[in-house]
Amino acid sequence: MIRACSVSELPEGEALRLEGPVPVSVFHAEGGYYALDDTCTHQDASLADGWIEDCFVECPLHAARFDLRTGVPDCLPAKNAVRTYPVVVADGVIYVDTRAQRDVA
Amino acid sequence: MRTVAVVGTSLAGLRSAQELRAQGFDGRLVMIGAEPPYDRPPLSKNFLLGKVSADDLALAGQDDLDAEWRLGVRAEKLGRDGVTLEDGTTIVADGYVIATGAVARTLGAARCLKGVHTLRTLDDAVSLKRELAAGPGPVVVIGAGFIGAEVASACRLLGHDVTVIEATPVPLASVVGPEMGTVCAGLHAASDVRLIAGVPVAGFAGTDRVTGVRLADGREIPADLVVAGVGARPVTEWLTGSGLAVDDGVLVDSGCVTANPRVIAVGDVARYHCLLRGGRVRAEHWTAACEQAGVAVANLLAGSTVTHFARHGYFWSDQYGRRLQFAGVATEDVRIAEGDVASKRFVATYHRGEALTGVFAIDSARPFTKLRRAL
Ligand SMILES: Cc1cc2nc3c(=O)[nH]c(=O)nc-3n(C[C@H](O)[C@H](O)[C@H](O)COP(=O)(O)OP(=O)(O)OC[C@H]3O[C@@H](n4cnc5c(N)ncnc54)[C@H](O)[C@@H]3O)c2cc1C
Ligand code: FES
Repeated sequence: MIRACSVSELPEGEALRLEGPVPVSVFHAEGGYYALDDTCTHQDASLADGWIEDCFVECPLHAARFDLRTGVPDCLPAKNAVRTYPVVVADGVIYVDTRAQRDVA
Repeated sequence: MRTVAVVGTSLAGLRSAQELRAQGFDGRLVMIGAEPPYDRPPLSKNFLLGKVSADDLALAGQDDLDAEWRLGVRAEKLGRDGVTLEDGTTIVADGYVIATGAVARTLGAARCLKGVHTLRTLDDAVSLKRELAAGPGPVVVIGAGFIGAEVASACRLLGHDVTVIEATPVPLASVVGPEMGTVCAGLHAASDVRLIAGVPVAGFAGTDRVTGVRLADGREIPADLVVAGVGARPVTEWLTGSGLAVDDGVLVDSGCVTANPRVIAVGDVARYHCLLRGGRVRAEHWTAACEQAGVAVANLLAGSTVTHFARHGYFWSDQYGRRLQFAGVATEDVRIAEGDVASKRFVATYHRGEALTGVFAIDSARPFTKLRRAL
């Protein structure tokens, strides 16, 4: 588990990139928190810079939309899903389990 | 509608085919293209730099189309009796998608000199890359538009001595305005690339192979390699005799439909009636090709213009390790919304009165995305 930030630091509609060997980002959307690989599977944009709406993040470069729950894109140009990670909120702090990555089918 | 023929199988053609299937067309789909679908933007960026291969450029989604592919063959004529290919076959369809894009403009005098390149196709990029690998000689890039700037950036990152020559006084001013054009010009200097602006090219030195570029003011800039990034011309010659109106592109309405409701044109080849700007424009950008496809196909299937393309122009560019993004229209009223120009990390907004008309950003994707939404 790695500490992302406190709940108050991540308002709804925002995302935070956690730098690491593989950058992972936490998203706050629709009252829930989600963690995904930060790099768009199409080219090299950071999804944390994207537009968060409903349960999706739209890539800031070419507008592929990824489902925050599954990491699966629902439109081109991205074809491959990004990996998702479990998020835990405890005592007002958001944690991401970056080791428990969930590869999508 | 039983058969649709798509002519041009790059971005706009492929996206149109995908939209046809997504919007329920289950008839015969014939894809006619001189080239297979691949993505051009990386050609002047990561492909020149060797970070992506030709295989990586393939555009996804060809296999899911259930289409008949006629690749490596050009369409020569569009007439009442269908579209005739250079191999002599004719394909008769009920609907036609014109997506033949554009080709790089060339500088007449340079055509027969070795070492002078343009960059539009994968083949162009492969040969340019091969020549760049041959030695560290001086490179002259003609044109400081987006492609010229990207090529200059890639050549510099590959270790070449680079000079950019631009005929207008401020590069990109016609797109991002003079103030931000000046900022873009500064990116060259910051990476030790010489920019000579406001001076047109007069000719070339060299007999068999280029040795230099002559400027209108009498100077001669030595060059081992020249890349001309001087714009693109829509591919419409094959439409002569089709009865379609052509004037710097296929003329279409705000829904990408020609005067014949069974013929649509999308992407770089289409000069459409822009509802946001008023007047006709060609949007020579990646996102426009994608977005026009959905609109145009809906109209083709409906048999008339029922929906319009009314999205703000958007494009990005990668130069010297920085990401530039622009959307909307540049006006004289430019304000810095975030960051600062000196650090070359900022978002600028363009206004007309109280209205936001455009956004330009360097290395600031997140605030750019928010402001683009507000356009
Ligand atoms: C080097 C480069 C970098 C770019 N970078 C960016 C960028 O960073 N951002 C951005 O927004 N845009 C960029 N663009 C622009 C973007 O690539 C184009 O807007 C886009 O490719 C347009 O797609 P299109 O399908 O309309 O045309 P094209 O990509 O030109 O495709 C047309 C296709 O039709 C084929 N064809 C032509 N004539 C015939 C015929 N008679 N019969 C059959 N086939 C035919 C051609 O071979 C070609 O494959 C770049 C372009 C280039 C060249
Ligand atoms: S990089 Fe994300 S859609 Fe292209």
